[in-house]
Amino acid sequence: MATHTDKAFEADLNEIRTKILTMGARIEGQISASMYAVTHRDSTLAEKVKDDDLEVNRLEVEIDELCRRTLALRHPAANDLRFITTALKIVTDLERMGDAAVNIAERAIDLNHSTPLQVANGLPRLATLAQDAVRTALNAFVTGNAVAAEEVLGHDEQIDALFVEIFNQMLAMMIENSDTIRRATSLLSVSKHLERIGDHAMNVAEMVIYMVRGTDIRHPRSRSLPRAPQKL
Amino acid sequence: MADFTPHTPDNSHSLQSGHGPLFSIPARHHRLDFVPKIKVNGLSLFYGKAQALYDIGLEIPAKQVTAFIGPSGCGKSTLLRCMNRMNDLIDGVRITGQLLIDEQDINAPDLDVIELRKHVGMVFQKSNPFPKSIFENVAYGLRIAGGSSQTALTEIVERSLRRAALWDEVKDRLDSSALGLSGGQQQRLSIARAIAVDPEVILMDEPCSALDPIATAKIEELIAELKSSFTIVIVTHNMQQAARTSDRTAFFYLGRLIEYKETAELFTNPSVAQTEEYITGRFG
Repeated sequence: MATHTDKAFEADLNEIRTKILTMGARIEGQISASMYAVTHRDSTLAEKVKDDDLEVNRLEVEIDELCRRTLALRHPAANDLRFITTALKIVTDLERMGDAAVNIAERAIDLNHSTPLQVANGLPRLATLAQDAVRTALNAFVTGNAVAAEEVLGHDEQIDALFVEIFNQMLAMMIENSDTIRRATSLLSVSKHLERIGDHAMNVAEMVIYMVRGTDIRHPRSRSLPRAPQKL
Repeated sequence: MADFTPHTPDNSHSLQSGHGPLFSIPARHHRLDFVPKIKVNGLSLFYGKAQALYDIGLEIPAKQVTAFIGPSGCGKSTLLRCMNRMNDLIDGVRITGQLLIDEQDINAPDLDVIELRKHVGMVFQKSNPFPKSIFENVAYGLRIAGGSSQTALTEIVERSLRRAALWDEVKDRLDSSALGLSGGQQQRLSIARAIAVDPEVILMDEPCSALDPIATAKIEELIAELKSSFTIVIVTHNMQQAARTSDRTAFFYLGRLIEYKETAELFTNPSVAQTEEYITGRFG
């Protein structure tokens, strides 16, 4: 597609795209570092994940402000409108992924005060799946690739299944040995945060599909319900 | 196909005296989602040898607002002017294809053009009040048509000014010159004058291009109110105005209809790349 006649508008859209990429890259780093802190008992790295969240939050505010300014000044339409509304929504998901990474880091610090517990086998695999989903969703956003975004929807089913598996393992461990309850609960919490990261990646992917195709695929079952009567 | 029955002598008028109705005013009917009022079939228009419109086909729904957008020279105003045969006034214009209003071919050789223009009113880019009083400006068309008593004229003028959202601003100075009104008031006066003869279709050619934002907002609000009574077709260069005021939008480029669909859909998810490039400012 050709560039905008108004070069300042083009520059605004590029700035939004670049900042989202920067935010996404930082969040991928946060997730990766927080899981390293869990598996390698690295509390220093976990503290850094918490500190990095300040920068992620700042980027969220900046991107929101840029989007609002562009909406007000440029009155975008069609694919530009879909891009900006998608950007506004996905920064919220990205910021929550960052929060989830911080929560994982806090669990790591807590776990590091106790003796090590055999980490559930599925946990590193769950982390890999969640990070893959985030990376694929962000790449799909950057390249405007709806097919790649569809792949993320498949990831989410695997992530949910693996989370249930880990939940059952942890439950069995706690039933068998009540000394493990505190640590196993922390590990359960880590897996729940990873599962939530996968959910946010799916939200991003759904919005990317809307951005590219103009079709909103969210909540297909809810769509078949009758609409509430509108107030006059 | 629209069903405007029952057509009875009481609720029908003819554009042409003589052999039966050539042009009927439909009985008032319940609003449907898409009842075609105007049908354009394979319409091409030539200024001498130069072709300005190419094989245009679209249907315009009754009692909705349809916007024509596109860059200068795309043919949107030319098509609008076809709808009340304003192009007849230009030498060398030739039209092929059909333009039907209520299934009547308005280019039929025996059609009474003056009668057609009573049914298809027009509001222009520049408001054009006559150098007469406010009252006489609105009453002008009715006086030419004749047959209205002074009492009826007074009633219709008031009703038209009210419908054009101008009554409260001018009711105490109806005998003052219309030339003393502001630009926005003059444009609403033009609309009052157009609706005084109770047309079915109102064509608007860039009606707000010379107005400030407040006057523009008043005209846009007026358009939203008028569409319950009239079929409105508006040509505008202001895409936000098309998005705000219209139910359906047609995008034209170089004399061709590129895309025509519901306005909300066209501005969020156009199907044709040329439309997308135009409405997102990627043209040229």
